[in-house]
Amino acid sequence: MTKADDHPLLSVRNLRTYFHTFSGTVKAVDGVSFDIGQGEVMGLVGESGGGKSVVGFSILGLIDSPGRIEDGEILLNGKDLVTAGEAALRDIRGRNVSMVFQDPMTSLNPLHTVGRQMDEVLRLHTDLDARARHVACIEMLESVGISRASERLKSYPHQFSGGMRQRVVIAIALLARPGLIIADEPTTALDVTIQSQILKLMRQQIAEKGASMILITHDLAVVSEMADHITVLYCGKVVERGLTRDLISAPSHPYTRGLIASIPDATDRQDRLSQIPGSVPDIRNLPMGCNFRERCPRAQALCAQQEPELMPQHGSLRAACHFPLAPGDTA
Amino acid sequence: MFGYLLKRLIQMTLVLWVVSVIVFMMMSFTGDPVFMIVPIDATEAEIAQARRILGLDQSLLVQYWKFLGSLLQGDFGQSYVFRQPAMTLILERMPATVELVLVAMVFAIAVAIPLGVYAGANPQSRMSRLIMSGSLLGISLPGFWVGMVLIYLFSVHWGIFPSSGRGDTAEVMGLRFSVLTWDGWTHIILPAVTLSLGTMAIILRITRAGMMEVGRQDFMKFARAKGATKNDVLYKHGLKNALIPVITIFGLQIGDLIAFATITETIFSWPGMGKLLIDSIYRADRPVIVVYLMLVALIFVVINFLVDVIYTLIDPRIRLK
Repeated sequence: MTKADDHPLLSVRNLRTYFHTFSGTVKAVDGVSFDIGQGEVMGLVGESGGGKSVVGFSILGLIDSPGRIEDGEILLNGKDLVTAGEAALRDIRGRNVSMVFQDPMTSLNPLHTVGRQMDEVLRLHTDLDARARHVACIEMLESVGISRASERLKSYPHQFSGGMRQRVVIAIALLARPGLIIADEPTTALDVTIQSQILKLMRQQIAEKGASMILITHDLAVVSEMADHITVLYCGKVVERGLTRDLISAPSHPYTRGLIASIPDATDRQDRLSQIPGSVPDIRNLPMGCNFRERCPRAQALCAQQEPELMPQHGSLRAACHFPLAPGDTA
Repeated sequence: MFGYLLKRLIQMTLVLWVVSVIVFMMMSFTGDPVFMIVPIDATEAEIAQARRILGLDQSLLVQYWKFLGSLLQGDFGQSYVFRQPAMTLILERMPATVELVLVAMVFAIAVAIPLGVYAGANPQSRMSRLIMSGSLLGISLPGFWVGMVLIYLFSVHWGIFPSSGRGDTAEVMGLRFSVLTWDGWTHIILPAVTLSLGTMAIILRITRAGMMEVGRQDFMKFARAKGATKNDVLYKHGLKNALIPVITIFGLQIGDLIAFATITETIFSWPGMGKLLIDSIYRADRPVIVVYLMLVALIFVVINFLVDVIYTLIDPRIRLK
């Protein structure tokens, strides 16, 4: 393996994943590019239906019909996953790239014991014998904070609470020591009190193992605590990206600012939470020009005619906007 | 667990009792067996005597009481025709039927499960549509017709398989089996295929429906994200979750086939109890019919109990209560 500075761990270039449905083509991911270095955490942020999960599934080659990766490159350690065959992808899944799903209540097989589901990963990706795998499973369960691990291996998922199940899912994702973990809304389905525990656990585990992570979420508050840099998606396109502190403190895209403004803030007592007016347009039938213009307070005539390109802004930011915000802009 | 078994046992006994009432009522309203026993030129006195010997001169209630009493003692009466205990007659023929049914079920499963899994996993493919059309055919074609066509093709036209009987059998623990000899196999294939088609089609369709349902679940995608092979995902994760309705229907079908293999046995002259039933109905051989019906009820009740136990083996969330 070459050094991390030579090329990033994961480099997504101009990815297009389309779904060909009866009512038209859904361009769920439309020309998305980003890089993740070794040990980095990237936040992938956007509203529901913005194509965030599809990015994750595209990386793992888990896009099912009628969906298809139409174009682009997904380079993992310099090797393209888009053109890799199913056998090569199967080898990468779980071993090099693993995934944590949104809902721990449904992501474990209800009819297999937790131990069997953990063991499966090690059986697929390591040469360990049964005893060594058993020991590895116990260690991993303990490291995600599940006590009496050797007993719990014999339990079924329904004998665990939601938070505990997500710990199990995380343990499964970490078992084969993958370099990249894709966490798709890992705390959305959990109690608020459990959320921060799980996030803390993930951050600590990833740091310990030196892994990188893509944290997919709609929750900017979560990302701002976890991520080194953030990519904001809107209607399948990157509208803004940059280092977390730049993007959170002074976003240059009006959409990002809308997302940040809608985070409840305990220090700033408002009667109503701020929200972005309108809703995501029909992705099968996107308007000309900028996709966000109908909801944008800064939109002008140009926005309806020409689609903005991703351009360098202040600090580390790049944004796709004809009329980007400068730091300190309020309107 | 003990409480469950006790409850289940009481329930089963109750069902069998109700069946005994229904069977007895039906028997009492269908024809007079006396005329099957006495000679054509019997006198009134002889008929009356035969009636008395059979106990048919008493009131229905008394008759039922005696009927139930002997049932409980395991005495199912003598066949009017064969002058042998009815139970012995049936038990002699039952292994042949059970063997035929089991072979048919193995055929059905061996074909239906893989095809059902495939069709459920790839609902859009042309092959799946072909499988589904084929299964419709399997459901709609009547068994007697399929049997006759198979005999015509494989026995008459091509002469590959014999058309009737069990062929050579080998004995194991006092029971005779056709599947243990080559000749027996050639005899059992056609009737077993005939008998299996309907069940095959039903199990295939249920497997497919279950797999389509399971295929949408997150844990299937999670299994793939772990790097599991397609077959592992489909069979180890998917099929097990789709199996509950399949087992249910499977249990009902086994009972059904054992009870109603009659037509197939008749076509292929398979010496099972279905053929005995038909003969007994023709001859109004009441005790044999009664034993047959009670036995079938017992088989259904036991299989259903076993199916419930199997549920708990498949799904740890299901408890026997």
